[in-house]
Amino acid sequence: MQYSKKVMDLYKNPKNVGTFDENDANVGTSVVGAPSCGDVIKLQIKVDENGCISDAKFKAFGCGAAIASSALITDWVRGKNLDDAKQIKNKEVADYLSLPPVKLHCSVLAEEAVSKAIENYKSKQKKTEE
Amino acid sequence: MIYMDYQATTPCDPRVLKEMLPYFCEIYGNPHSSTHAMGEEAATAIEKARKQVANIIGTVDTKEIIFTSGATEANNLAIQGIAKFYKERGNRIITSEIEHPCVKETCRALAREGFDVVFVPVSDNGIIDLDFLSKSLTDKTILASIMTVNNEIGTIQPIDEIGKLCREHGVIFHTDAAQAIGKIPVNTENVDLMSISGHKIYGPKGIGALYIKGKSRLRLAPLFHGGKQERGMRSGTLPTPLCVGLGIACEIAQKEMKEEFERLLKFKNYFLKKIFDNLPKVYLNGDKEKRIPGCINLSFDGVEGEGIMLGMNDICVSSGSACSSQTLEPSYVLQAISIREDLAHSSLRIGFGRFTTMEEVDYVASKIIEVVNRLRSMSPIWEGQ
Repeated sequence: MQYSKKVMDLYKNPKNVGTFDENDANVGTSVVGAPSCGDVIKLQIKVDENGCISDAKFKAFGCGAAIASSALITDWVRGKNLDDAKQIKNKEVADYLSLPPVKLHCSVLAEEAVSKAIENYKSKQKKTEE
Repeated sequence: MIYMDYQATTPCDPRVLKEMLPYFCEIYGNPHSSTHAMGEEAATAIEKARKQVANIIGTVDTKEIIFTSGATEANNLAIQGIAKFYKERGNRIITSEIEHPCVKETCRALAREGFDVVFVPVSDNGIIDLDFLSKSLTDKTILASIMTVNNEIGTIQPIDEIGKLCREHGVIFHTDAAQAIGKIPVNTENVDLMSISGHKIYGPKGIGALYIKGKSRLRLAPLFHGGKQERGMRSGTLPTPLCVGLGIACEIAQKEMKEEFERLLKFKNYFLKKIFDNLPKVYLNGDKEKRIPGCINLSFDGVEGEGIMLGMNDICVSSGSACSSQTLEPSYVLQAISIREDLAHSSLRIGFGRFTTMEEVDYVASKIIEVVNRLRSMSPIWEGQ
Protein backbone atom coordinates (compact mmCIF):
# COMPACT_ATOMS: atom_id res chain seq x y z
CA MET A 1 0.00 0.00 0.00
CA GLN A 2 1.40 3.37 -0.97
CA TYR A 3 0.65 5.90 1.76
CA SER A 4 1.31 9.61 1.86
CA LYS A 5 4.13 10.99 3.98
CA LYS A 6 1.53 12.34 6.42
CA VAL A 7 0.13 8.85 7.04
CA MET A 8 3.60 7.41 7.48
CA ASP A 9 4.62 10.17 9.91
CA LEU A 10 1.50 9.68 12.02
CA TYR A 11 1.94 5.89 11.92
CA LYS A 12 5.56 6.11 13.04
CA ASN A 13 5.03 8.76 15.70
CA PRO A 14 1.36 8.67 16.55
CA LYS A 15 0.27 11.48 18.81
CA ASN A 16 -2.37 11.04 21.49
CA VAL A 17 -2.02 7.30 22.07
CA GLY A 18 -3.37 6.31 25.47
CA THR A 19 -6.41 6.07 27.70
CA PHE A 20 -8.32 8.10 30.26
CA ASP A 21 -10.27 6.73 33.19
CA GLU A 22 -13.55 5.63 31.68
CA ASN A 23 -15.39 6.27 34.93
CA ASP A 24 -14.43 9.95 35.00
CA ALA A 25 -17.63 11.96 34.44
CA ASN A 26 -15.74 14.35 32.17
CA VAL A 27 -14.58 11.59 29.85
CA GLY A 28 -16.48 10.30 26.83
CA THR A 29 -15.46 6.92 25.43
CA SER A 30 -16.26 5.12 22.20
CA VAL A 31 -15.17 1.85 20.65
CA VAL A 32 -16.02 1.48 16.96
CA GLY A 33 -15.31 -1.15 14.34
CA ALA A 34 -14.87 -4.87 14.97
CA PRO A 35 -11.85 -7.16 15.34
CA SER A 36 -13.39 -9.48 12.76
CA CYS A 37 -13.31 -6.63 10.23
CA GLY A 38 -9.71 -5.82 10.98
CA ASP A 39 -10.30 -2.34 12.41
CA VAL A 40 -11.09 -1.20 15.95
CA ILE A 41 -10.69 2.35 17.22
CA LYS A 42 -11.11 3.27 20.86
CA LEU A 43 -11.35 7.04 21.25
CA GLN A 44 -11.71 9.13 24.39
CA ILE A 45 -12.34 12.82 24.93
CA LYS A 46 -11.93 14.86 28.10
CA VAL A 47 -14.30 17.82 28.34
CA ASP A 48 -13.59 20.91 30.48
CA GLU A 49 -16.03 23.12 32.43
CA ASN A 50 -16.60 25.33 29.35
CA GLY A 51 -17.79 22.36 27.28
CA CYS A 52 -14.61 22.28 25.25
CA ILE A 53 -12.55 19.17 24.53
CA SER A 54 -9.38 19.70 26.51
CA ASP A 55 -7.70 16.45 25.56
CA ALA A 56 -8.29 13.38 23.41
CA LYS A 57 -6.66 9.96 23.26
CA PHE A 58 -6.99 6.85 21.14
CA LYS A 59 -5.94 3.27 20.70
CA ALA A 60 -6.26 1.46 17.39
CA PHE A 61 -6.14 -2.05 16.02
CA GLY A 62 -5.80 -1.70 12.30
CA CYS A 63 -3.71 -0.71 9.35
CA GLY A 64 -1.64 2.43 8.92
CA ALA A 65 -4.64 4.41 7.69
CA ALA A 66 -6.70 3.54 10.77
CA ILE A 67 -3.89 4.57 13.10
CA ALA A 68 -3.17 7.80 11.21
CA SER A 69 -6.88 8.76 10.96
CA SER A 70 -7.37 8.29 14.73
CA ALA A 71 -4.16 10.16 15.56
CA LEU A 72 -5.17 13.04 13.33
CA ILE A 73 -8.76 13.37 14.50
CA THR A 74 -7.79 13.30 18.18
CA ASP A 75 -5.50 16.23 17.36
CA TRP A 76 -8.21 18.11 15.50
CA VAL A 77 -10.91 17.83 18.18
CA ARG A 78 -8.69 19.28 20.88
CA GLY A 79 -9.78 22.82 21.86
CA LYS A 80 -13.09 22.51 20.01
CA ASN A 81 -16.52 22.61 21.64
CA LEU A 82 -18.65 19.50 21.20
CA ASP A 83 -20.73 20.88 18.35
CA ASP A 84 -17.69 21.95 16.36
CA ALA A 85 -15.93 18.64 17.01
CA LYS A 86 -18.95 16.82 15.64
CA GLN A 87 -18.68 18.83 12.44
CA ILE A 88 -15.38 17.24 11.45
CA LYS A 89 -16.15 15.11 8.43
CA ASN A 90 -14.38 11.98 7.33
CA LYS A 91 -13.68 13.59 3.96
CA GLU A 92 -11.51 16.24 5.61
CA VAL A 93 -9.48 13.51 7.31
CA ALA A 94 -9.20 11.48 4.11
CA ASP A 95 -8.23 14.52 2.04
CA TYR A 96 -5.66 15.71 4.55
CA LEU A 97 -4.03 12.26 4.66
CA SER A 98 -4.54 11.60 0.91
CA LEU A 99 -6.03 8.21 1.77
CA PRO A 100 -6.41 5.81 -1.15
CA PRO A 101 -10.08 5.02 -1.99
CA VAL A 102 -9.84 1.51 -0.51
CA LYS A 103 -8.94 3.08 2.86
CA LEU A 104 -11.72 5.66 3.07
CA HIS A 105 -13.57 3.52 5.61
CA CYS A 106 -10.77 4.20 8.10
CA SER A 107 -11.61 7.91 8.06
CA VAL A 108 -15.32 7.08 8.36
CA LEU A 109 -14.50 5.03 11.43
CA ALA A 110 -12.54 7.94 12.94
CA GLU A 111 -15.47 10.32 12.42
CA GLU A 112 -17.84 7.78 13.96
CA ALA A 113 -15.50 7.37 16.93
CA VAL A 114 -15.59 11.10 17.71
CA SER A 115 -19.34 11.29 17.36
CA LYS A 116 -19.90 8.27 19.63
CA ALA A 117 -17.45 9.54 22.24
CA ILE A 118 -19.39 12.83 22.37
CA GLU A 119 -22.68 10.94 22.74
CA ASN A 120 -21.19 8.86 25.50
CA TYR A 121 -20.01 11.99 27.33
CA LYS A 122 -23.45 13.63 26.96
CA SER A 123 -25.33 10.61 28.24
CA LYS A 124 -23.00 10.46 31.25
CA GLN A 125 -23.63 14.16 31.98
CA LYS A 126 -27.37 13.60 31.76
CA LYS A 127 -27.15 10.78 34.28
CA THR A 128 -25.15 12.91 36.77
CA GLU A 129 -27.73 15.73 36.39
CA GLU A 130 -30.53 13.29 37.14
CA MET B 1 15.97 -4.25 1.56
CA ILE B 2 15.39 -7.79 2.81
CA TYR B 3 13.29 -10.05 0.59
CA MET B 4 11.21 -12.63 2.46
CA ASP B 5 8.38 -13.25 0.06
CA TYR B 6 9.68 -16.31 -1.77
CA GLN B 7 6.18 -17.75 -2.23
CA ALA B 8 5.15 -14.73 -4.29
CA THR B 9 8.15 -15.06 -6.54
CA THR B 10 11.86 -15.72 -6.44
CA PRO B 11 14.78 -13.83 -7.96
CA CYS B 12 16.16 -15.39 -11.10
CA ASP B 13 19.34 -17.29 -10.17
CA PRO B 14 22.34 -15.74 -11.99
CA ARG B 15 23.30 -19.27 -13.10
CA VAL B 16 19.91 -19.54 -14.79
CA LEU B 17 20.21 -16.17 -16.50
CA LYS B 18 23.66 -17.08 -17.81
CA GLU B 19 22.28 -20.17 -19.58
CA MET B 20 19.41 -18.17 -21.06
CA LEU B 21 21.37 -15.28 -22.53
CA PRO B 22 22.72 -16.89 -25.74
CA TYR B 23 19.15 -17.70 -26.78
CA PHE B 24 18.11 -14.08 -27.14
CA CYS B 25 20.49 -12.61 -29.74
CA GLU B 26 22.65 -15.49 -30.94
CA ILE B 27 20.62 -18.68 -31.10
CA TYR B 28 17.36 -17.03 -32.06
CA GLY B 29 16.04 -19.49 -34.64
CA ASN B 30 12.46 -20.62 -34.39
CA PRO B 31 12.63 -23.97 -32.59
CA HIS B 32 9.82 -25.20 -34.83
CA SER B 33 11.80 -24.43 -38.02
CA SER B 34 13.33 -27.84 -38.23
CA THR B 35 14.48 -27.27 -41.80
CA HIS B 36 17.57 -25.26 -40.95
CA ALA B 37 20.46 -25.31 -38.51
CA MET B 38 19.38 -22.25 -36.52
CA GLY B 39 15.99 -23.76 -35.78
CA GLU B 40 17.56 -27.11 -35.03
CA GLU B 41 19.89 -25.58 -32.47
CA ALA B 42 17.00 -23.90 -30.62
CA ALA B 43 14.97 -27.12 -30.78
CA THR B 44 17.85 -29.07 -29.25
CA ALA B 45 18.09 -26.57 -26.38
CA ILE B 46 14.36 -26.89 -25.76
CA GLU B 47 14.48 -30.67 -25.74
CA LYS B 48 17.31 -30.55 -23.21
CA ALA B 49 15.20 -28.24 -21.04
CA ARG B 50 12.23 -30.60 -21.38
CA LYS B 51 14.42 -33.39 -20.06
CA GLN B 52 15.51 -31.29 -17.09
CA VAL B 53 11.88 -30.53 -16.26
CA ALA B 54 10.93 -34.18 -16.59
CA ASN B 55 13.78 -35.17 -14.29
CA ILE B 56 12.73 -33.08 -11.34
CA ILE B 57 9.32 -34.75 -11.26
CA GLY B 58 10.82 -38.17 -11.72
CA THR B 59 9.68 -38.97 -15.22
CA VAL B 60 11.79 -39.99 -18.21
CA ASP B 61 9.38 -39.48 -21.08
CA THR B 62 9.89 -35.90 -22.27
CA LYS B 63 6.76 -36.12 -24.42
CA GLU B 64 4.84 -35.81 -21.16
CA ILE B 65 6.02 -32.21 -20.67
CA ILE B 66 4.29 -29.27 -22.35
CA PHE B 67 5.64 -25.76 -21.96
CA THR B 68 3.19 -23.02 -21.00
CA SER B 69 3.45 -19.37 -20.02
CA GLY B 70 3.34 -20.27 -16.33
CA ALA B 71 1.42 -22.20 -13.71
CA THR B 72 -1.73 -20.15 -14.31
CA GLU B 73 -1.86 -21.28 -17.92
CA ALA B 74 -0.86 -24.84 -17.01
CA ASN B 75 -3.70 -25.00 -14.47
CA ASN B 76 -6.19 -23.49 -16.90
CA LEU B 77 -5.10 -25.87 -19.66
CA ALA B 78 -5.33 -28.91 -17.38
CA ILE B 79 -8.69 -28.10 -15.84
CA GLN B 80 -10.48 -26.53 -18.78
CA GLY B 81 -8.82 -28.91 -21.21
CA ILE B 82 -9.98 -32.02 -19.36
CA ALA B 83 -13.41 -30.66 -18.45
CA LYS B 84 -14.17 -29.71 -22.03
CA PHE B 85 -12.73 -32.80 -23.66
CA TYR B 86 -14.40 -35.27 -21.30
CA LYS B 87 -17.68 -33.49 -20.60
CA GLU B 88 -19.62 -36.41 -22.06
CA ARG B 89 -18.23 -38.60 -19.26
CA GLY B 90 -19.67 -36.50 -16.47
CA ASN B 91 -19.89 -32.99 -15.15
CA ARG B 92 -18.43 -33.10 -11.67
CA ILE B 93 -15.10 -31.47 -10.89
CA ILE B 94 -13.52 -31.62 -7.46
CA THR B 95 -11.10 -29.10 -6.05
CA SER B 96 -10.29 -27.69 -2.61
CA GLU B 97 -11.12 -24.54 -0.72
CA ILE B 98 -7.47 -23.51 -0.49
CA GLU B 99 -6.43 -23.72 -4.13
CA HIS B 100 -4.59 -20.85 -5.77
CA PRO B 101 -6.98 -18.38 -7.47
CA CYS B 102 -5.96 -19.66 -10.92
CA VAL B 103 -7.44 -23.06 -10.03
CA LYS B 104 -10.36 -21.74 -7.98
CA GLU B 105 -11.45 -19.21 -10.55
CA THR B 106 -11.06 -21.66 -13.43
CA CYS B 107 -13.35 -24.07 -11.58
CA ARG B 108 -15.81 -21.26 -10.81
CA ALA B 109 -15.88 -20.34 -14.49
CA LEU B 110 -16.69 -23.97 -15.33
CA ALA B 111 -19.42 -23.96 -12.67
CA ARG B 112 -20.99 -20.99 -14.49
CA GLU B 113 -20.94 -23.13 -17.63
CA GLY B 114 -22.92 -25.82 -15.84
CA PHE B 115 -20.25 -28.06 -14.30
CA ASP B 116 -20.93 -29.34 -10.80
CA VAL B 117 -17.90 -28.10 -8.88
CA VAL B 118 -17.23 -29.39 -5.37
CA PHE B 119 -14.87 -27.43 -3.13
CA VAL B 120 -13.50 -29.90 -0.60
CA PRO B 121 -12.86 -28.31 2.80
CA VAL B 122 -9.63 -28.60 4.74
CA SER B 123 -9.19 -29.41 8.43
CA ASP B 124 -8.00 -26.69 10.78
CA ASN B 125 -4.42 -27.75 10.08
CA GLY B 126 -4.82 -26.89 6.41
CA ILE B 127 -4.79 -30.49 5.19
CA ILE B 128 -7.54 -31.66 2.88
CA ASP B 129 -10.44 -33.64 4.35
CA LEU B 130 -9.89 -37.01 2.68
CA ASP B 131 -13.20 -38.38 3.89
CA PHE B 132 -15.11 -35.56 2.28
CA LEU B 133 -13.06 -35.95 -0.88
CA SER B 134 -13.66 -39.66 -1.02
CA LYS B 135 -17.42 -39.19 -0.62
CA SER B 136 -17.45 -36.58 -3.37
CA LEU B 137 -16.00 -38.95 -5.97
CA THR B 138 -19.06 -40.08 -7.89
CA ASP B 139 -19.31 -41.84 -11.24
CA LYS B 140 -20.09 -38.43 -12.70
CA THR B 141 -16.73 -37.05 -11.53
CA ILE B 142 -14.22 -36.47 -14.31
CA LEU B 143 -11.46 -34.50 -12.61
CA ALA B 144 -9.99 -33.66 -9.23
CA SER B 145 -7.50 -30.82 -8.84
CA ILE B 146 -5.71 -30.52 -5.50
CA MET B 147 -2.52 -28.53 -4.95
CA THR B 148 0.65 -30.22 -3.65
CA VAL B 149 1.78 -27.38 -1.38
CA ASN B 150 -0.34 -24.41 -0.37
CA ASN B 151 1.08 -21.03 -1.28
CA GLU B 152 -0.13 -19.16 1.81
CA ILE B 153 0.43 -21.54 4.69
CA GLY B 154 2.88 -24.02 3.16
CA THR B 155 0.99 -27.19 4.09
CA ILE B 156 1.75 -30.35 2.13
CA GLN B 157 -1.25 -32.34 0.88
CA PRO B 158 -1.29 -36.15 0.80
CA ILE B 159 -1.00 -36.25 -2.98
CA ASP B 160 -0.29 -39.97 -3.27
CA GLU B 161 -3.36 -40.90 -1.25
CA ILE B 162 -5.54 -38.51 -3.19
CA GLY B 163 -4.16 -39.82 -6.47
CA LYS B 164 -4.88 -43.41 -5.47
CA LEU B 165 -8.41 -42.55 -4.40
CA CYS B 166 -9.00 -40.86 -7.73
CA ARG B 167 -7.64 -43.80 -9.66
CA GLU B 168 -9.92 -46.21 -7.78
CA HIS B 169 -12.85 -44.13 -8.95
CA GLY B 170 -11.58 -43.59 -12.49
CA VAL B 171 -11.15 -39.88 -11.88
CA ILE B 172 -8.38 -37.90 -13.58
CA PHE B 173 -6.12 -36.26 -11.01
CA HIS B 174 -4.36 -32.93 -11.48
CA THR B 175 -2.10 -31.20 -8.98
CA ASP B 176 -0.74 -27.68 -8.98
CA ALA B 177 2.83 -28.29 -7.80
CA ALA B 178 4.10 -24.73 -8.32
CA GLN B 179 4.99 -24.33 -4.63
CA ALA B 180 6.34 -27.84 -4.19
CA ILE B 181 8.86 -28.30 -7.00
CA GLY B 182 12.41 -27.98 -5.78
CA LYS B 183 11.29 -27.84 -2.17
CA ILE B 184 10.15 -31.38 -1.52
CA PRO B 185 10.54 -34.55 -3.60
CA VAL B 186 7.73 -34.73 -6.12
CA ASN B 187 6.85 -37.63 -8.38
CA THR B 188 4.11 -38.37 -10.83
CA GLU B 189 3.33 -41.94 -9.90
CA ASN B 190 -0.19 -41.21 -8.72
CA VAL B 191 -0.74 -38.05 -10.70
CA ASP B 192 -2.19 -37.63 -14.20
CA LEU B 193 -1.43 -33.94 -14.65
CA MET B 194 0.93 -31.61 -12.81
CA SER B 195 1.55 -27.87 -13.12
CA ILE B 196 4.98 -26.30 -12.73
CA SER B 197 6.09 -22.68 -12.55
CA GLY B 198 9.45 -21.15 -13.48
CA HIS B 199 9.56 -18.06 -11.32
CA LYS B 200 8.88 -19.92 -8.07
CA ILE B 201 12.09 -21.91 -8.50
CA TYR B 202 14.57 -19.14 -9.37
CA GLY B 203 13.79 -19.36 -13.07
CA PRO B 204 12.37 -16.62 -15.26
CA LYS B 205 8.81 -15.30 -15.09
CA GLY B 206 6.56 -16.14 -18.02
CA ILE B 207 7.30 -19.86 -18.27
CA GLY B 208 5.83 -22.97 -16.75
CA ALA B 209 4.99 -26.49 -17.75
CA LEU B 210 2.25 -29.03 -17.61
CA TYR B 211 3.00 -32.71 -17.11
CA ILE B 212 0.52 -34.96 -18.86
CA LYS B 213 0.89 -38.66 -18.10
CA GLY B 214 1.44 -40.59 -21.30
CA LYS B 215 0.14 -43.83 -19.84
CA SER B 216 -3.21 -42.19 -19.05
CA ARG B 217 -3.67 -41.38 -22.75
CA LEU B 218 -5.32 -38.09 -21.92
CA ARG B 219 -6.58 -35.63 -24.45
CA LEU B 220 -6.99 -31.96 -23.67
CA ALA B 221 -9.08 -29.36 -25.42
CA PRO B 222 -6.50 -26.64 -26.20
CA LEU B 223 -6.86 -23.09 -24.93
CA PHE B 224 -5.11 -21.61 -27.99
CA HIS B 225 -5.52 -22.43 -31.63
CA GLY B 226 -2.65 -22.00 -33.99
CA GLY B 227 0.36 -23.82 -35.37
CA LYS B 228 -0.24 -26.96 -33.29
CA GLN B 229 3.02 -26.72 -31.37
CA GLU B 230 3.36 -28.89 -28.25
CA ARG B 231 1.45 -31.69 -29.97
CA GLY B 232 -1.49 -29.43 -30.64
CA MET B 233 -2.19 -28.84 -26.98
CA ARG B 234 -0.45 -25.48 -26.76
CA SER B 235 -0.02 -23.58 -29.99
CA GLY B 236 2.48 -20.75 -30.15
CA THR B 237 6.21 -20.49 -30.81
CA LEU B 238 8.09 -21.63 -27.75
CA PRO B 239 10.18 -18.94 -26.04
CA THR B 240 13.57 -20.65 -26.25
CA PRO B 241 15.36 -18.55 -23.59
CA LEU B 242 12.53 -19.05 -21.10
CA CYS B 243 12.33 -22.79 -21.72
CA VAL B 244 16.10 -23.05 -21.26
CA GLY B 245 15.74 -21.00 -18.06
CA LEU B 246 13.04 -23.28 -16.66
CA GLY B 247 15.12 -26.32 -17.53
CA ILE B 248 18.29 -25.19 -15.80
CA ALA B 249 16.27 -23.87 -12.85
CA CYS B 250 14.82 -27.37 -12.41
CA GLU B 251 18.25 -28.96 -12.68
CA ILE B 252 19.75 -26.67 -10.02
CA ALA B 253 16.75 -27.00 -7.72
CA GLN B 254 16.86 -30.78 -7.98
CA LYS B 255 20.59 -30.92 -7.28
CA GLU B 256 20.40 -28.60 -4.26
CA MET B 257 17.03 -29.56 -2.84
CA LYS B 258 18.11 -31.75 0.04
CA GLU B 259 20.72 -29.38 1.35
CA GLU B 260 18.45 -26.39 0.88
CA PHE B 261 15.61 -28.10 2.75
CA GLU B 262 17.88 -28.66 5.77
CA ARG B 263 19.18 -25.10 5.65
CA LEU B 264 15.68 -23.59 5.55
CA LEU B 265 14.50 -25.95 8.28
CA LYS B 266 17.22 -24.57 10.55
CA PHE B 267 16.14 -21.04 9.72
CA LYS B 268 12.52 -21.86 10.43
CA ASN B 269 13.25 -23.44 13.79
CA TYR B 270 15.49 -20.57 14.86
CA PHE B 271 13.00 -17.95 13.69
CA LEU B 272 9.99 -19.54 15.38
CA LYS B 273 11.85 -20.09 18.63
CA LYS B 274 12.93 -16.47 18.75
CA ILE B 275 9.40 -15.21 18.01
CA PHE B 276 7.66 -17.56 20.46
CA ASP B 277 10.25 -16.87 23.19
CA ASN B 278 9.69 -13.14 22.92
CA LEU B 279 6.03 -12.69 22.04
CA PRO B 280 3.00 -14.27 23.71
CA LYS B 281 -0.09 -15.23 21.72
CA VAL B 282 1.48 -15.81 18.34
CA TYR B 283 0.01 -18.68 16.32
CA LEU B 284 1.54 -20.72 13.50
CA ASN B 285 -1.10 -21.24 10.83
CA GLY B 286 -1.25 -24.66 9.19
CA ASP B 287 -0.02 -28.07 10.27
CA LYS B 288 3.10 -28.01 12.45
CA GLU B 289 4.77 -30.91 10.66
CA LYS B 290 3.29 -31.37 7.20
CA ARG B 291 4.69 -28.17 5.79
CA ILE B 292 7.60 -26.84 3.80
CA PRO B 293 10.17 -25.04 5.97
CA GLY B 294 10.43 -21.92 3.81
CA CYS B 295 6.84 -20.75 4.29
CA ILE B 296 5.88 -19.45 7.71
CA ASN B 297 2.43 -18.02 8.31
CA LEU B 298 1.90 -16.46 11.72
CA SER B 299 -0.96 -14.61 13.40
CA PHE B 300 -0.08 -12.00 16.00
CA ASP B 301 -2.99 -11.53 18.40
CA GLY B 302 -3.97 -7.89 18.91
CA VAL B 303 -2.30 -6.33 15.90
CA GLU B 304 -3.21 -6.04 12.25
CA GLY B 305 -1.00 -7.52 9.53
CA GLU B 306 -0.68 -4.52 7.27
CA GLY B 307 0.09 -2.41 10.31
CA ILE B 308 3.04 -4.69 11.10
CA MET B 309 4.30 -4.58 7.53
CA LEU B 310 4.20 -0.79 7.54
CA GLY B 311 6.49 -0.75 10.55
CA MET B 312 9.21 -2.67 8.74
CA ASN B 313 9.25 -1.27 5.24
CA ASP B 314 12.80 -2.42 4.67
CA ILE B 315 11.44 -5.99 4.72
CA CYS B 316 9.26 -7.60 2.03
CA VAL B 317 6.73 -10.06 3.46
CA SER B 318 3.01 -10.44 2.83
CA SER B 319 -0.17 -10.55 4.89
CA GLY B 320 -3.55 -12.25 4.74
CA SER B 321 -5.21 -9.22 6.26
CA ALA B 322 -8.06 -7.55 4.42
CA CYS B 323 -6.17 -4.29 4.48
CA SER B 324 -3.46 -5.67 2.28
CA SER B 325 -5.96 -6.75 -0.33
CA GLN B 326 -8.07 -4.63 -2.61
CA THR B 327 -11.24 -6.48 -1.70
CA LEU B 328 -11.26 -5.87 2.08
CA GLU B 329 -11.77 -9.60 2.57
CA PRO B 330 -9.19 -11.46 4.63
CA SER B 331 -7.40 -14.44 3.10
CA TYR B 332 -9.76 -17.24 2.02
CA VAL B 333 -7.11 -19.78 2.98
CA LEU B 334 -7.03 -18.56 6.58
CA GLN B 335 -10.84 -18.52 6.59
CA ALA B 336 -10.83 -22.09 5.31
CA ILE B 337 -8.70 -23.26 8.25
CA SER B 338 -11.25 -21.61 10.57
CA ILE B 339 -8.92 -19.39 12.53
CA ARG B 340 -10.52 -16.61 14.58
CA GLU B 341 -11.57 -13.82 12.25
CA ASP B 342 -9.40 -11.16 13.86
CA LEU B 343 -6.41 -13.51 13.63
CA ALA B 344 -6.85 -13.71 9.86
CA HIS B 345 -6.32 -9.95 9.81
CA SER B 346 -3.32 -10.37 12.10
CA SER B 347 -1.33 -12.64 9.83
CA LEU B 348 2.04 -12.37 8.17
CA ARG B 349 3.59 -14.75 5.68
CA ILE B 350 7.36 -14.87 5.93
CA GLY B 351 9.09 -16.73 3.11
CA PHE B 352 12.68 -17.95 3.20
CA GLY B 353 14.55 -19.06 0.12
CA ARG B 354 17.85 -19.66 -1.65
CA PHE B 355 19.34 -16.25 -0.98
CA THR B 356 18.12 -15.84 2.61
CA THR B 357 20.89 -15.62 5.21
CA MET B 358 20.87 -16.38 8.93
CA GLU B 359 21.61 -12.70 9.65
CA GLU B 360 18.47 -11.74 7.76
CA VAL B 361 16.37 -14.31 9.59
CA ASP B 362 17.61 -12.97 12.92
CA TYR B 363 17.08 -9.33 11.93
CA VAL B 364 13.54 -9.92 10.66
CA ALA B 365 12.57 -11.80 13.83
CA SER B 366 13.90 -8.92 15.97
CA LYS B 367 12.14 -6.34 13.86
CA ILE B 368 8.81 -8.20 14.03
CA ILE B 369 9.10 -8.48 17.81
CA GLU B 370 9.81 -4.76 18.10
CA VAL B 371 6.95 -3.67 15.81
CA VAL B 372 4.39 -6.08 17.30
CA ASN B 373 5.23 -4.88 20.82
CA ARG B 374 4.85 -1.26 19.77
CA LEU B 375 1.52 -1.87 18.01
CA ARG B 376 0.20 -3.99 20.87
CA SER B 377 0.90 -1.13 23.29
CA MET B 378 -1.53 0.96 21.25
CA SER B 379 -4.09 -1.73 20.46
CA PRO B 380 -7.53 -1.50 22.11
CA ILE B 381 -8.07 -5.24 21.75
CA TRP B 382 -4.74 -6.03 23.42
CA GLU B 383 -5.54 -3.86 26.47
CA GLY B 384 -5.27 -5.69 29.76
CA GLN B 385 -3.51 -8.70 28.19
